[in-house]
Order: sequence, then C-alpha cells, then structure tokens
Amino acid sequence: MSVDWSWIADHTDDLTTLTVNHLQAALSAVFFGLLISLPLAVLAHRVRPLRGLLLGLSNILFTIPSIAVFVLLLPVSGLTRTTTVTGLTIYTLVVLLRNTVEGLDSVPQKTKEAAKAMGTKPLRALLTVELPLALPVIMAGVRIATVMSISLVSVATYIGDGGLGQLFTDGFQRDFPTPVIAGVVLTLLLALVADALLVAVQYVLTPWNRRRREA
Amino acid sequence: MFELFKDLGAWLVDGDQWAGQDGIGHRLTEHLQYSLLATLVAAVIALPIGLLIGHTGRGAFVAINLASFGRALPTVGLVVLVFLASGLSMWPVYVALVALAVPAIVTNTYAGMSAVDPEVRDAARGQGMRGHQVLFQVELPLALPLVMTGLRLALIQVVATATIAAYVSFGGLGRYVFDGLAQRDLVQVLGGAVLVALVAVVLDLALSGLQRALFRHRPAKSA
Repeated sequence: MSVDWSWIADHTDDLTTLTVNHLQAALSAVFFGLLISLPLAVLAHRVRPLRGLLLGLSNILFTIPSIAVFVLLLPVSGLTRTTTVTGLTIYTLVVLLRNTVEGLDSVPQKTKEAAKAMGTKPLRALLTVELPLALPVIMAGVRIATVMSISLVSVATYIGDGGLGQLFTDGFQRDFPTPVIAGVVLTLLLALVADALLVAVQYVLTPWNRRRREA
Repeated sequence: MFELFKDLGAWLVDGDQWAGQDGIGHRLTEHLQYSLLATLVAAVIALPIGLLIGHTGRGAFVAINLASFGRALPTVGLVVLVFLASGLSMWPVYVALVALAVPAIVTNTYAGMSAVDPEVRDAARGQGMRGHQVLFQVELPLALPLVMTGLRLALIQVVATATIAAYVSFGGLGRYVFDGLAQRDLVQVLGGAVLVALVAVVLDLALSGLQRALFRHRPAKSA
C-alpha cells in the first residue's frame, strides 16, 4: 500500500476545502455543546436530584452508535450540515456536562462563601468566581470533546457530509488507498493542532494558575 | 413520528425478525462475538502496558498521549484502510475495534496504578517484597477498580462501534443500520440503532453492578 503523491499534489485544493469543512463541523458541535451543557451543568450542580438524571441521560446518549444518531436525525433535518452538527453536539454533551459539573464541584466552599460575604450577587458569583475557577476542569472536557468531534465528523460521510470522511468513502469505492491515508493523517493533524491551541487558550485564560506555578 | 415508533415497536417484537440467519438473535450473537473478542485482545495488549507504565513510573507521557491519539483516530478511515490492505477478511473490523479499546484500557490501568498510595508501595518494599510481588500482591489489587472501569468503558465503546463491521460486509447489528440505509428503510435503521444502544446500556449497567458488588468492602476513595 503506497501513497500516490501525484494524486495529493493534484488535489491540494480539495483537501484544503475538506479540512476547513471538517473543522467547521467539529467546532460548531463543541460550540453548541458548550451552549447547552453550561446551563444544564449549573442546574445539575445546584439541584442534586437532577444531577444523576442529567448525567445518566447523557451517558445513555453516548452509547448510541454515532452512525445511528446521524440516521435517526434524517427525518428531522435531512441530508444537511444541521444533521451532522446536531449528531456531534449530542456526543460532546456527555463529556462537557460531566466535566463542567465536576469543575463546579471543585470550587472550594470557602471561596463561594467569601464571594457571598462580600455581597456578590449569585449570578455574578457564578460568572466571575465559580466558572473561572472551574475553568481548568471545563477546558479538559472541551479538549476531549474537540478531539472526539474531529474524529467523529468522518462518520457523517454515510449521510453525505463528513468533511475529510468523504475521502474514506471515495477511497473505499475506488479501491484506492491514497485518499484514505490522506484523510486519516489530516484528521490526526487537525486534532493535534486543535488540542495544542486549546492548551494555549487555557494558559491565556487562567493567569492565576500560571503565577502560582512560577512562584 | 408516532407512526414511526409504532412500526419500530412492531419490528422489534416480530417473531420472524428474530429467527434465522438475518434474524436479530443471530445478529446479536455476531455483534457480541466481535465486541467481546476485540475487547479481550485489546485487554491482552493493553493491560501489561498499563501495568508496566504504572509500576515503573516510566512512559506516563506515552499513556496520556495514547488516549488522545486513540480519540483522534477516525475509526471509519482505519476500517477502510485495513480493508484496502487486507481484502475481504475480519481484519479491518478487529484492527479498528482493538485500536479503539487499547487506549481506554491503558490509560485507566495507568490511572489506577498511579493512584496507589506511594506509602503503601514503600511499606511493601520495606517488608522485602520483590518488584513483581509488589505489582501483583499490592498495586494490582488496589488498582483493580479503575482497571475494571477501563475494561468496561472499552467494551461499551467497542459495542457501539462494532456497528461498522456491516460497512465492510460482515454481520452484527450494524447490518440493519447499513441495509436500512441502502434500502431507505428507516424502521430497520432505527431498529438496529435501538438494539445496539440497548446492548451497550445493559452491558454497562450489568458490569457496573458487578463492579459495585465486587468492591463493596472498599472505601470509595483511597483516602
């Protein structure tokens, strides 16, 4: 199995388009996943009985095979980008929800009491005290969700989307390994770069952790 | 929507649907066979690696990055790639499933080993226990709950992903998903998906129940 380099040279434009397309689907899913899981996590953190229910529900969603999730969405949104992003979002939920709840749990009780004693209103305390302190654990979840989504986008190739995953069906149908290898390598690279960028984002967002380490 | 669920219910309980070569019973057996064998092979590969990294404390970097790499590896691409290399055989399915399961088992085994209290380890050594005695009589028993969690997570992921066997023309419950897709038969696709999800959920509940029963005498945290 050898790589046909001339095919790659001839298709750099296509590969670039597919990579951008791929990344766009994965990042949209993480964005919507955060949008949904943040309020749910706050709810699960505050209301104990809801916690087991929400986490258990997201665990069950996670066991459904990804191809099935995409197909099940077909009657609702058809062969569109919406189906891809919705399916991926469902998958990011389990990681994002769990990590956000754990992050909020990890905020020391005394810190919360101090914020309250200083007259900080609950919403303000959540936004300026609890969420920033929970950020490292939340970011760990965001990293996992991003890498996972980047890998999962290719499954949507069965419903006619799938970014770099289209290279897999293409190679499979033509019995031609080069696009498949290119797709796997580009997916891995994309995941690696995205993960490294998120580490950098976390570094910028949590200056207090940095100072502590230097001290 | 309601009509669809009614058809789905009928599909799932139809006696004809359960019998024969294409029957749910047979497909379920195939699915479990792929999943269990792949997880077993993955365990044989991953457990020694995880235990070794945990025991020696070397290569932790490998264990952590392996998890990330495993998550990033696109299963569909891997299946197609091995399929093109090996032709029509079970290799693509097993390679992809094992590749999926190994990182989960290695990282959890390593996590369990590194959570063992260093003082306990020192005490074992101080009593004159040899390296392998410390590993098998002290570290492994203490790490066992997390090791089992790794095996459980790996199995659940493998069960959900074994659907892909049908893509390269093998059996398992994925048959319904891919045949249904090809025939535009949504009920069949739904039926396959629901069955896979059910198998995964039931296995997960059964194994976590078993885990709880086995380690009931343990305090929840190794404090």
